[in-house]
Amino acid sequence: MTIFTRRQLISSAAIGGGSLLSGCDALTRNAAFQDILASAETANFAVQRALGDRMELASEYRATDLSPVFRANGTRDPGTSDYRASAAQGFANWQLRLTGLFVRPQIFSLVALQSLPQRTQITRHDCVEGWSAIGQWTGVPLKILLDIAQLQASARFLVFHCADRLGGRPYYESIDLLDGFHPQTILAHRLNGQPLPVANGAPLRLRVERQLGYKHAKYVTGVQAVASLAGIGEGKGGYWQDVANYEWYAGI
Amino acid sequence: MQEKAIAPVPPRHRLTTRLWHWINALCLLILLMSGLTIFNAHPRLYWGEYGANADHAWMAVGSSDRIGYLRLGEMHIETTGLLGNWQDSDGRTQTWAFPGWATIPSYYSLADGRRWHFFFAWIFSLGLALFMIRSLWNRHIQKDLRMGRDEWRPANIWRSIRDHSRISAIQQSTGKPYNIVQKLSYIGVIFVLLPLMIMTGLTMSPAMDANWPFLTELLGGRQSARSVHFIAAFLLVLFFLVHLLMVLLSGPLRQTRAMITGGKGTGGGE
Repeated sequence: MTIFTRRQLISSAAIGGGSLLSGCDALTRNAAFQDILASAETANFAVQRALGDRMELASEYRATDLSPVFRANGTRDPGTSDYRASAAQGFANWQLRLTGLFVRPQIFSLVALQSLPQRTQITRHDCVEGWSAIGQWTGVPLKILLDIAQLQASARFLVFHCADRLGGRPYYESIDLLDGFHPQTILAHRLNGQPLPVANGAPLRLRVERQLGYKHAKYVTGVQAVASLAGIGEGKGGYWQDVANYEWYAGI
Repeated sequence: MQEKAIAPVPPRHRLTTRLWHWINALCLLILLMSGLTIFNAHPRLYWGEYGANADHAWMAVGSSDRIGYLRLGEMHIETTGLLGNWQDSDGRTQTWAFPGWATIPSYYSLADGRRWHFFFAWIFSLGLALFMIRSLWNRHIQKDLRMGRDEWRPANIWRSIRDHSRISAIQQSTGKPYNIVQKLSYIGVIFVLLPLMIMTGLTMSPAMDANWPFLTELLGGRQSARSVHFIAAFLLVLFFLVHLLMVLLSGPLRQTRAMITGGKGTGGGE
């Protein structure tokens, strides 16, 4: 008893497989379906924040655990004339501006940041692409800067503005205040005991150790305190969130 | 020709088993295909805590000079047309590791692949947890997957393995209690491989690493967890292929119908 011939089976499997795939592609391009898929982000965020101590530290490693080569990704050189000129003089004129909802907005030079208390941590950098590298970072805890400038009561997020552009747009990222005050959240200016290389974000990059690499903004020029992310870029809280469907919360 | 049962005969597959079977089948297919999209972002696997392009990968897929290849340890296998270098449906050459017919979406989008993956990971994990609880509660596991001392005799295991290569034995097995190979496979999949997929998946999350550092320690590092995640996924594909073959050889229509409507009699479904 043959109900299907082999040819029919193979061709219907191919058509079935093909329509499954094009169906998935159509769903991927459907805004309402994207919202359903994106609800998993809400769940990940809620659950990961509910587990354990909200200020739990990311694992720290020993010097013997360091990656021999710390891979760079994204922008490897902002390449603008301003950046090149600043790099040529060792970033002596680099400024970090704290703007927005601060009681006392501030401008810090690199030297001023380096003269504040520092934190050194050996942590694992996890890229959204799947690779990891272990590096030693030294920088000023963001909490110290926030304590100096003092947030206004309405501030909810911290937006990091950067000197580099990707695809013609300025790179930016944002975190909430919980991560902003986390002890391992630092603005790093040294990697593995050396001044931060250009490819890794010289002279200042954010380390927000409990999230994936794209949150760790490089070439940081400003920290803006805001009540909502709506007015920044396209409103999704970061470059990759605006140009593709990357999640604002990158804990997984 | 449906026979009316006079005394209520318990169905071969309970409702929770059937529901979970199909939800799980859909989830695993989507998780596999969206997982391959994620793998394509960095088609290299490492052992240990760290691993990036400058580090030694025990497995890598790539393309050079229009030739796709898979490298396993020191072994170099040419895979042009399948892995690393293949033509998409418009005839364009693509150099992503896994081809478009195997990924969700069929074009490369890491962000969309991740969205599919994490949404269905939630459904899969909750479904597995509910199925485990329900199946222990209604004693499905204890009754149908429990192995007696007799079954552990080497002769019995060997006979059961041999029976899986004989069509007549496969056909006669339907409607009977599960044999030792089936029990070991189902227990291995439900209680080892599927939970391992969740555990290794969580280990790759930097936030989970801060919350539950024992996960990373248990698995020997984030990159080891990523490798185990990938290997376990392909063990599940292997299970699926054997499972499908056994269904096809033992009466695919009756078996599929039983997994939809419940069927008659206890045990014995593939």
